[in-house]
Amino acid sequence: MPHLLRVQNLSTYYKTQRGFVKAVDNVSFELKEKEALGLAGESGCGKTTIALSLLRILPVGGFIKSGHIFFRNTDIVKLSDQEMRERIRWKKISLVFQGAMNALNPVYKIGDQIVEAIRTHEPEVEKREALERGKKLFELVGIEPERINNYPHEFSGGMRQRAMLAMALATNPELLIADEPTTALDVIVQAQTLKLIRDLKKTLGLSLMLITHDLSIITETCDKIAIMYAGKIVELGSVASIYKEPLHPYTQGLLAAFPSIKAPRTRMISIPGFPPDLINPPTGCRFHPRCKYAMNICKKKEPVLTDVGNHHMVACHLIQKT
Amino acid sequence: MTDLVVEVKELKKWFPVRLGFFKTVLSRQQLFVKAVDGINFKIKKGEIFGLAGESGSGKTTTGRVILRLTEPTSGKILFQGKDITNISEEELKRIRRKMQIIFQDPYESINPRMTVFDILAEPLRVQKLASGVELEERVYKALENVDLIPPEDFVWRFPHELSGGQRQRVATGRALIVNPDFIVADEPVSMLDVSIRAEILNLMFDLRKRYGVTFLYITHDLALARHICDDIAIMYLGKLMEMGPTEQIISEPLHPYTEALIKAVPNPDPHAERVEAVIKGEIPSPISPPSGCRFHTRCPKYIGNICKEKEPPFVRVGKEHFVACHLYT
Repeated sequence: MPHLLRVQNLSTYYKTQRGFVKAVDNVSFELKEKEALGLAGESGCGKTTIALSLLRILPVGGFIKSGHIFFRNTDIVKLSDQEMRERIRWKKISLVFQGAMNALNPVYKIGDQIVEAIRTHEPEVEKREALERGKKLFELVGIEPERINNYPHEFSGGMRQRAMLAMALATNPELLIADEPTTALDVIVQAQTLKLIRDLKKTLGLSLMLITHDLSIITETCDKIAIMYAGKIVELGSVASIYKEPLHPYTQGLLAAFPSIKAPRTRMISIPGFPPDLINPPTGCRFHPRCKYAMNICKKKEPVLTDVGNHHMVACHLIQKT
Repeated sequence: MTDLVVEVKELKKWFPVRLGFFKTVLSRQQLFVKAVDGINFKIKKGEIFGLAGESGSGKTTTGRVILRLTEPTSGKILFQGKDITNISEEELKRIRRKMQIIFQDPYESINPRMTVFDILAEPLRVQKLASGVELEERVYKALENVDLIPPEDFVWRFPHELSGGQRQRVATGRALIVNPDFIVADEPVSMLDVSIRAEILNLMFDLRKRYGVTFLYITHDLALARHICDDIAIMYLGKLMEMGPTEQIISEPLHPYTEALIKAVPNPDPHAERVEAVIKGEIPSPISPPSGCRFHTRCPKYIGNICKEKEPPFVRVGKEHFVACHLYT
């Protein structure tokens, strides 16, 4: 399967009064066609910044400092704003925002918002045709097409989430990024939404990037996982191999932190401490202040992401020594 | 005489629906949102009692009514054997020293303009429990209790200088500072990162062990509930569907709704079979809930007209296990 997306040494910083926040620091990963990658980590580790960099919609102060993002063979870091808008954004890569339930404009009908999304990117499409497409999309995501003229407040949270998915799919993108798609939803609606994402991926042949802090959501939908900590990818591999044998102490911590409904009842384990300040991140391995295996070398030298076989990569001195 | 901390009898909370002027005149009928519609349960001393269900099932309202933050429509609330359903505000204030609440969202439940010290000191000042040096000592002690150590690093901070987990600790500390016997914890970790949830939950365990605090734990996540609750009640559209010891209910759920909630929990094992049998649709409107069994419109095990016509009684099926479903009557 050919590569759809190759991110190479991407660094995205935010300029603040106190200095540069190194939100994404030298991150590389790849995504093949029809593959689903889950990006996991705690709040503030840079997951959302990666998504915003891929679409080049960083907020004021944010900028891509260095690196390449190849979408097929185009380096989108080098594209002009106009080219980005006309060729890539929404047409090739689209995004379901975090808190999507609140991302709809409350004073416009949902149908009009979908029509706007379609016509912004494909100005040649007639309004009526766009609305018809909107209805088909509604059917696709499991909402009755007649409800396209409703306002957002007439929808429940789960339906708004579906409508946002419909809007993200309006221009037939190849890559869909979903940023915490189920965080505000309760379990049943969450399960319904995850099933919908799985089905859409299959029927439309989409590639998917799912951003979340909850690893169990990734194993439900993705093929590969990238674990991020403090702006870096610390472990990367197939869902099966990371679940079976998490190598990085941080990944082990994340996997132990959520309760299972099947495994025996035990005291839950948490990762002590807090994520670091990304203006002055810790030296060496950024995880060392919270790591229970920290050695001397961890404070001094930054571990590199190395392949331990089977495309399972990890950045940890514990692994590199052996 | 009693080792029950809370007992709820036929508790109801109906919120009147406000219509526009013309609709009110024309319909002449007052509509109600039946948020809590006749529920019974008992919480034993020192236990963590779970109340689980989807959004809109009435679990938060139940928690609030027990503390009388919301006035009940009918039914009885007994706190440590005493009927508090109709007691005066003054008496209520005395009793509130013994009952506290931790809210869902630590970004909204603590005042952003107050320092951590003032947030924690406020309940003591309101209840006139301590002042001067004693007040200060108790604030420091409370911070230590919730693992914000050393306390002097935290007392003068404002909420925006704290992370989500630290805020929830402050909210927990505030609930604990009056040495309550009973705490309602309303989804205390749903806004937090998975990695720090365990810390807050373990904190609850420790507090129960050390001080014998009783908890009502409100959640929609049965995986979490299973790890921390001793007993659990499953709620749907204002009614209890099933109740009993947590282990038993999770391992052998009887009610189809309980089963659906369990199946909806994402499974972290990538090799596990993906169960697609998630119930369809969303919770119906509590203004005019479905007839008969309220769950019949979504039930995968619907057995015929009886479900539509007759409301199933809440029957005992095991020593402490109750269920409301026609499959078992």
